[in-house]
Amino acid sequence: MSSSNTLDQPLSIIEPHGGLGVALIATLRRDLTLMLRRRSEVMNPLAFFALVITLFPLGLSPDPELLATVAPGLLWVAALLATLLSLDSLFRADFEDGSLEQLLLAPQPLAAMVLAKVVVHWLLTGLPLALMAPVLGLMLGLPAGSHLILMLALALGSASLSLVGAIGAALTVGLARGGVLLSLLVLPLYIPVLIFGAGAVQAALLGSGVAAHLAILGALLALAVMLAPWAIAAALRISVNG
Amino acid sequence: MWAFIHKLGSPKWFYGISARLMPWFWIAAAALLLVGSVWGLLFTPADYQQGNSFRIIYVHVPAAFLAQSIFVSMAIAGLVFMVWKIKVADMAAAVMAPLGAAMTFIALFSGGVWGIPTWGTWWMWDARLTSMLILLFLYIGVIALRGAFASRDSGSRAASVLAMVGVINIPIIKYSVDWWYTLHQPASFTITGRVSMPMEMWAPLLLMVLGFYSFFIALTLMRTRSEILRRESGKRWVQALAEETP
Repeated sequence: MSSSNTLDQPLSIIEPHGGLGVALIATLRRDLTLMLRRRSEVMNPLAFFALVITLFPLGLSPDPELLATVAPGLLWVAALLATLLSLDSLFRADFEDGSLEQLLLAPQPLAAMVLAKVVVHWLLTGLPLALMAPVLGLMLGLPAGSHLILMLALALGSASLSLVGAIGAALTVGLARGGVLLSLLVLPLYIPVLIFGAGAVQAALLGSGVAAHLAILGALLALAVMLAPWAIAAALRISVNG
Repeated sequence: MWAFIHKLGSPKWFYGISARLMPWFWIAAAALLLVGSVWGLLFTPADYQQGNSFRIIYVHVPAAFLAQSIFVSMAIAGLVFMVWKIKVADMAAAVMAPLGAAMTFIALFSGGVWGIPTWGTWWMWDARLTSMLILLFLYIGVIALRGAFASRDSGSRAASVLAMVGVINIPIIKYSVDWWYTLHQPASFTITGRVSMPMEMWAPLLLMVLGFYSFFIALTLMRTRSEILRRESGKRWVQALAEETP
């Protein structure tokens, strides 16, 4: 008995603190706190989003009618690029200070912990982008009726973007200059979300049903939630050990 | 069964068995491609709508088939490598990626050339061409990711993960692009929408497709063999082999 007791000891120390729920909440709280302390990282994608949207009327034409027809695509492409920019920092700081290694060593399943990290990323990148989009839509002459759909589609779609993007971020976090490579890996995978996201807004503009688009965005999200955490976890293990 | 897989996984055994298999695939590829292209280019009657320009189908369709199949085989090889740690699978995946990218490029280029007589333009945002273009980007991503890692093992595993992620996404991308295309552009001219293809046009196409596949298998075997020699150059059997051959 006594010999097995010494073996069991580390486990019994971990167990009271180590339920999955506790660990998930701790990760969520930690990442949220960290991100909120680095406000500029939260603000930068939003400023980028607004700036890119400002460039289009200057490059195309200030004609509101023309802008309104291309607005769904512009808003989605700009939001997609803003998400892409924010991805590089998703695991970078944790990788550099070694806390990512601790996460890998933790007894909780890595896929679940990673999901918590992605949720924080979405809360502070995708959701603010979605909330800000109607303002920019207004500036592009998007009719008021489509604003709610734009927001909904962006909120749903950006969650998939965060999940899929995190795979790319996890694969490139160990590389010194992974930025361009990251966009090369991730952008092709973003295309379905872009098509259905922009399609939802377009459908709202035309007055046809948007339910199908939103449903497909939801389906893409469900698929991403189911599969992406495993890929992210595998990718992180490669990056940390490599 | 397992013993067989592990035997197949040994580079030395694979090097031996591939030496015996390779000539057959080369012969099959040469025969099929020769008969298929001569039949398709010289003896098949011209299309009543497109004239002789339709003959580019004998390059375009096999290349497009192969472009997609190679990505799937690459992902399967990646899965085998990740699950069973079989190094030969990774070597095969590594040599398949540039070949697949080349096939995708051939499909895109021949599609563009075909576009001139049929659409009057090199490029149209046609659903098939667009999906092919995205596939090319996916290939470039896999190749770039493999090259970006300093350690070969990390690069191999990262490329395997990306290939698997890509292969799950390819059907999603394909269907969303198809959907996008039908919504935005009514098809002015469909190349492949034709219901039935007469036998004399279809048979050489089949030969060409089979020929392309044989060519792909033969080339993959050959390149995997040289990859084995390169990666295993420190092993005794490779050095013995190098001493044998003058």
